Amino acid sequence: MRYSGFRVIKEALTGHRGWGPAWRDPDPQPEYDYVIIGGGGHGLATAYYLAKEYKQSRIAVLEKGWIGGGNVGRNTTIVRSNYMLDGNEPFYEFSLKLWETLEQDLNYNAMMSQRGIINLMHSDAQRDAYIRRGNAMILNGADAQLLDQKQVLEKYPFLNVKNARFPVMGGLLQARAGTARHDAVAWGYARAADQRGVDIIQNCEVTGFRIDGGKILGVETSRGYIGAKKVGSCVAGSSSKVMAYAGMRLPIESHVLQAFVSEGLKPVLPGVITFGAGHFYVSQSDKGGLVFGGNIDGYNSYASRGNLPMVEDVMEEAIAMFPMLGRARLLRSWGGIMDMSMDGTPIIDKTHIDGLYFNGGWCYGGFKATPASGLVYAHLLATDTPHDTATAFRLDRFHTGHMVDEKGMGNQPNLH
Amino acid sequence: MIINHPLLGPRDLSEFVYLGDACLLNRPDWQADDALDQFIDYGHTRDNPAGLHRELWYHEQGDRSWLVVTRNTVTHEITSVELARNVARAEGRSK
Repeated sequence: MRYSGFRVIKEALTGHRGWGPAWRDPDPQPEYDYVIIGGGGHGLATAYYLAKEYKQSRIAVLEKGWIGGGNVGRNTTIVRSNYMLDGNEPFYEFSLKLWETLEQDLNYNAMMSQRGIINLMHSDAQRDAYIRRGNAMILNGADAQLLDQKQVLEKYPFLNVKNARFPVMGGLLQARAGTARHDAVAWGYARAADQRGVDIIQNCEVTGFRIDGGKILGVETSRGYIGAKKVGSCVAGSSSKVMAYAGMRLPIESHVLQAFVSEGLKPVLPGVITFGAGHFYVSQSDKGGLVFGGNIDGYNSYASRGNLPMVEDVMEEAIAMFPMLGRARLLRSWGGIMDMSMDGTPIIDKTHIDGLYFNGGWCYGGFKATPASGLVYAHLLATDTPHDTATAFRLDRFHTGHMVDEKGMGNQPNLH
Repeated sequence: MIINHPLLGPRDLSEFVYLGDACLLNRPDWQADDALDQFIDYGHTRDNPAGLHRELWYHEQGDRSWLVVTRNTVTHEITSVELARNVARAEGRSK
């Protein structure tokens, strides 16, 4: 069924009796050509692009819970491509271009809203760094614009630009950046993949790999053994757990990142703002809640909940920049588990096991990458060669010295 | 999270800085034949378990001691806190 405005009107006039489930609920087949582990945004996108762009068939997505129940359902929904390094920026710009046509492509309303992101700057050195990053973005075909304090104030008159410690000197604007409805991205990919014959198998946890002579044969799951010619792991947050079944140790630590939503407010914040002197980002959802977050808590965790010092830190940053938020009430907070890689950059690569592939290490930047991650991973699975925009995301880069360290923090995952 | 410091008693999480897996105490032998591989592994690969994890914390806002904390990464429950220097000495380091 195609969704359209006419369809909505027709269903409204006929009692909404024509809507069916958006995807099937199939039982697993004994064997597939491709098994994707993980029914989050990246896994569903991978399956979709495998079917659509690379014309592959017999594809299954295995999800241990329900699709979209992991990190794609618990992020702060920001979509942007304001990176600097050569290994990163072409990939994220490719992703942003895919976001721009995603809804038409999927025939699904993902509420993509290019409302612009401003990274605030607070020192001369930071202005230099932003100019450099903005130029790198423009060289890679993205858009960037340097704003002075007056231009920032015109957009956001409520900002405390005269903060004694961190005055706002201006900002770096990416006007094409914005937000998208995170759940709808998962649902849209699931529906579109399902329509192309992909089996989305929920409540199916992978419990092991069957490997013989260095070649993958299939996966053991809570719903029985499933044979596969190629298996792609796509479970950021739990990558170390899943890849350990194949005897692999990864350059990854799992960390908890908290996010927060305020009570619903009238429209006050038209775009996305980030605080440049700490780590704080905020946007307003279409429902009215302010969605914001800060740094990871900073210690290994699989607990999906954080501790209070980081909550306090994030609130302090919020109030320092937006004194008007002082009377808004916090509605809820939650935590998600991040694959923090050793250089802050993801990994999309083959493994030493023939037919087993790995996609992970997304740190806390995976959502914006969803379409490109799916497409380049599908490319890798289908052709055994990396996509042009994803040649830097190699698993062996820590051995060869080709790290992609956007933040320049070194091999300390909790600082990325 | 409260860390029960062996000398100072229970102290709040915000006084500490986290480094990582306590395997970092065991720096490889730089004269070994495969020292390069060992150091790459030491610097980058981690077990990253869901469950008990031995890890290094630094009491920066306190007595500046390094601690080896055994903590469950699924529940955040801390089961043991030792001075890192005692752990290293027990393993025969720093005679």
